[in-house]
Amino acid sequence: MIYGLVAEFDEPTTLVGAARRAYAAGYRKMDAYSPIPIEGLHEELGFHSTRLPLIVLIGGLVGLCAGYGLEYWSSVIAYPMNIGGRPLHSWPSFIPVAFETTILGAALSAVLGMLALNGLPEPYHPIFNAPRFRMASRHAFFLCIESKDAQFDRDATEAFLKSLQPQEVTEVDW
Amino acid sequence: MADALHGAHTEPAGRVSPPVIEPGHSFESVTDSISAIVLTHQPTRGWWVGLGIGFLLFCGLILSLFKLVTVGTGIWGNNVPVAWAFDIINFVWWIGIGHAGTLISAILLLFRQQWRTSINRFAEAMTLFAVASAAIYPLFHTGRPWLAAFWLFPYPNTMGLWPQFRSPLIWDVFAVSTYATVSAMFWFVGLIPDLATLRDRATGRVSRFIYGALALGWRGSAMHWHRYETAYLLLAGLSTPLVLSVHTVVSFDFAVSQLPGWHATVFPPYFVAGAIYSGFAMVLTLAIPLRKFYKLEGFITMRHIHNMAKVMLVTGLIVCYGYMNEAFFAWYSGNQFEQYMMMNRMAGPYAVFYWTLIAINAVMVQAFWFRRIRDNVGLLFVLALLVNVGMWLERFVIIVTSLHRDFLPSSWDMYTPTRWDFTMFFGTIGLFICLLFLFIRFLPMISIFEMRTLVPEAEVREDELEGL
Repeated sequence: MIYGLVAEFDEPTTLVGAARRAYAAGYRKMDAYSPIPIEGLHEELGFHSTRLPLIVLIGGLVGLCAGYGLEYWSSVIAYPMNIGGRPLHSWPSFIPVAFETTILGAALSAVLGMLALNGLPEPYHPIFNAPRFRMASRHAFFLCIESKDAQFDRDATEAFLKSLQPQEVTEVDW
Repeated sequence: MADALHGAHTEPAGRVSPPVIEPGHSFESVTDSISAIVLTHQPTRGWWVGLGIGFLLFCGLILSLFKLVTVGTGIWGNNVPVAWAFDIINFVWWIGIGHAGTLISAILLLFRQQWRTSINRFAEAMTLFAVASAAIYPLFHTGRPWLAAFWLFPYPNTMGLWPQFRSPLIWDVFAVSTYATVSAMFWFVGLIPDLATLRDRATGRVSRFIYGALALGWRGSAMHWHRYETAYLLLAGLSTPLVLSVHTVVSFDFAVSQLPGWHATVFPPYFVAGAIYSGFAMVLTLAIPLRKFYKLEGFITMRHIHNMAKVMLVTGLIVCYGYMNEAFFAWYSGNQFEQYMMMNRMAGPYAVFYWTLIAINAVMVQAFWFRRIRDNVGLLFVLALLVNVGMWLERFVIIVTSLHRDFLPSSWDMYTPTRWDFTMFFGTIGLFICLLFLFIRFLPMISIFEMRTLVPEAEVREDELEGL
């Protein structure tokens, strides 16, 4: 079964141009693969910006509440001790640990959130069947129009991709 | 990163700085030359010798840790009044070295300093290995590291005991463990695209499998890159206050106490600057031989060497300000204990260490003002090594001279480290060397994908795309 048609380009500029034209031609189920991050390429393909910053904010707040809550609970409720006459709830002393747990919560959610939203780890993906795809981590840039796209037509889409002046167009199977 | 500036950069004086990457490199050449160090080059004789030396020292660490847990901390030279010595000196020294890695990878990223790109990977690795070496001390200075879990970390135990959250030592546990976790994640996230490159370029079945598993199936999809860059930038933004907080908290271990010589408000900024200063010295100590032996002059250019020397100059001067501030406030306080502490530092039995550190950190550091010296790579290597020594002496002086003559002359004593103190200290250096040599053999020591973003073709030429 066919997964999609993939066109190879040699530069970020040509890839961005191809993505822009493919989107204008009405293709939606597609993805671009590049050895370097290209700013704005996801927008050319019609993807929205990631929700990751919100997840990180929530992770940080959870870390803050967990850290401060632990300090409050253990120093005031579970194990109250008089240390140099300070109040049990000595909040200025509780800031450094609460700060560190905030950072920890936010950083963990940044990394795990990024991996989860990207669906990684994902050992198998059909795009790896593209014959020259190993070059996608070296110098080659790829645009793949997937067969699940409503407009996908084996011959018409191939002709369209060829009109973008790629190095090569190949079929990728599942 | 991707939108970074290109080409040579003009200094205010009109002099053109060396470029951050040698002209003529392409996506292919950058990828091939960096990945070849890992994939095709056989380890050289020099690599084996280096690893061997590191391993011998590391054996000393294992031996001294065995001795330590079977006999106890009595094998060390510290005793009242100097109850804290090599354990905290070396801990602070190692943690400080680690800070340069985070500064390069996070703070310079936020400031869009493109030159960070070729040195951030091994500087981050250096951070991790330095933190690993540092972590041995708080764990083992308890003498019974298997009990450290309940002394250090809050967890529900059958005795119903909880750590004392008003103590800077507990703040330190949280700061250092968060720092180690975040640094490890930052490093690994940075490695993912490069692991994919190694997976695609490795020829052996085993190496392809291992790199493939570690790359988590990275395929460079546009949406993946977008989330990846967002996560990386957020991690940089989180690591920046984190790294400043870590050495601030380390300085609180001292500053929160009532001891003359420790109880000073200048400690947090002074410690953070000292950490970055010693860390950059260590980055130079590593970068200079690495670029020579692995022929990486095209990636780690004179621009990097110059900039690192300049960072050392700035942070070194802040450290000097700290020394002056300490001396000034000892006098200005009008407190006889503070004044005696400073006089004892300058003219007491450990005065030679104090003046050596002043000679290095206050006098020798002025050499970095001169372009001639910044151009001389061999000399810079020697100076960077000396800075490492100077910063170790600084911690020795702060800790030992403040403790050994406290308020009551009847409790005064001298501190002398034992051979186990030295075996363990050099052992942690051995651990650091071993990890570093294994790292440069098995992982790309320069970020390949970030170097690819520096070649001219990486730029999207918007003018060609107009009208589409």
